[in-house]
Amino acid sequence: MTLNISTLNISDPNIPDLHIPVPIRKSPQLPSNFSAEEICMETKDFNLFYGEKQALNNVNMSIAKKKVTAFIGPSGCGKSTLLRSFNRMNDLVDSCHTRGQILFDNTNIFHRGVDVTDLRRRVGMVFQKPNPFPKTIYENVAYGLRIQGIRKKRIIDERVEWALRGAALWDEVKDRLHDNALGMSGGQQQRLVIARTIAVEPEVLLLDEPCSALDPISTLKVEELINDLKERYTIVIVTHNMQQAARVSDYTAFMYLGDMVEYSDTDTIFTNPGKKQTEDYITGRYG
Amino acid sequence: MSSDELAQHISRQFNDELEEVRSDLLAMGGMVEKQVADAVSSLVNADSAQALEVLTTEKKINKMELAIDEECIRVIALRQPAASDLRLLVVATKANIDLERMGDEASKIAKMAIKLSEGGVLPKGYIEVRHIGVHVCTMLHDALDAFARFDADLALQVIHEDRSVDMEYESAMRQLVIFMMEDPRYITRVLNVLWSLRALERIGDHARNIAEHVIYLVKGRDVRHQSLDEL
Repeated sequence: MTLNISTLNISDPNIPDLHIPVPIRKSPQLPSNFSAEEICMETKDFNLFYGEKQALNNVNMSIAKKKVTAFIGPSGCGKSTLLRSFNRMNDLVDSCHTRGQILFDNTNIFHRGVDVTDLRRRVGMVFQKPNPFPKTIYENVAYGLRIQGIRKKRIIDERVEWALRGAALWDEVKDRLHDNALGMSGGQQQRLVIARTIAVEPEVLLLDEPCSALDPISTLKVEELINDLKERYTIVIVTHNMQQAARVSDYTAFMYLGDMVEYSDTDTIFTNPGKKQTEDYITGRYG
Repeated sequence: MSSDELAQHISRQFNDELEEVRSDLLAMGGMVEKQVADAVSSLVNADSAQALEVLTTEKKINKMELAIDEECIRVIALRQPAASDLRLLVVATKANIDLERMGDEASKIAKMAIKLSEGGVLPKGYIEVRHIGVHVCTMLHDALDAFARFDADLALQVIHEDRSVDMEYESAMRQLVIFMMEDPRYITRVLNVLWSLRALERIGDHARNIAEHVIYLVKGRDVRHQSLDEL
């Protein structure tokens, strides 16, 4: 049989359709286009002062729900200060005062009626250095639950296992749950702290340079964990390691001297940033 | 992005590495430019010695391609470049491929030149080869110039030029087809001229590719597979 190309009917059912999909990469929503449902937290003209010194200048940004947002910038640019503002950790600094708003569930978290303990349960935090309590692995994770008033051992057991599994630590520690947590490696301790944080089921996880004290393998494990956790939680991470920000985050904000210089999707920031200052920082130039 | 910015990294070693990639690519570009010009001239002047020289230089270009690729991969692995640095290295590896292909096309022309030189001078088609050859050499020169100076406007001009090369190629082809129909004795020889014209047209396409890479390098915009109007 000869095929005549000119009369060939492409939609002929006898001709097998190869169905080769063309991979089209969906570009992520820009932070400026977030809809109200997509926003988890939002800062409005937020300023923060340590005594006379202004650390944050009029920061306006929205953190997307169930996405990873990374803050990058040189030391002293205000990224940790901004992160700590999201669960009012800066209240603990005497000279610190703020102006402007941070909205969480449409409520200004600085409003007088806000219960700070409840805010910190809903917005959990993990610090640079792993800080497990000098207790057993089990007790570390159960601690927050007990404070919440949960007494039933069965429920606590379940939640401890769930949190340790969530933090990708269960298989490594299930046989030594009652050993002292301080005997674990740094990477394990950091994942334990993350387990302790997620045990109380927060909505937002704030991670302040969570991998800076860890070796590359533990770092990769924590990064993998961040990727898994974003299915359930909104994650905000501060990191000095730009490749890490590029690997784990969906959105990246570059801060400099208390200003939010550029905030966009991570691909744009790392391949074609809009501002020269951002470009100079991420490419290691002196701007 | 401008060329001065290459030298502003905190790590001076990184500056040197990027500069090395850039200058090696330009050196290779210069070689390819000479290859194309020599190939065209060897064909038009029936100079088989010059054509043989083109074939020898081709091997050098292949070696340069490998060296530039290796250097780019090394810098990417060691420095994890971002933004404009990353674009420069990606563009360098792509332009590297285009330049090497141009070298291959120049060799094809040189081979045709050797074949054609054996049977005396054919009056038909040489003017077109010379004309399109000059046009394509200018395109290549401008594309490399645009890369050296991070000049997106010049790159855009090169993309526009490719269209006229394509048209010149089509019109030359029509003329030569008519010539072959009129005098079938020359078919083999005219076909060799046609292959050379085809090679020149391909070189023009590669020059256009380099120009598109330059626009990506400077503006961060991928303009491949877009019509001139969209540009």
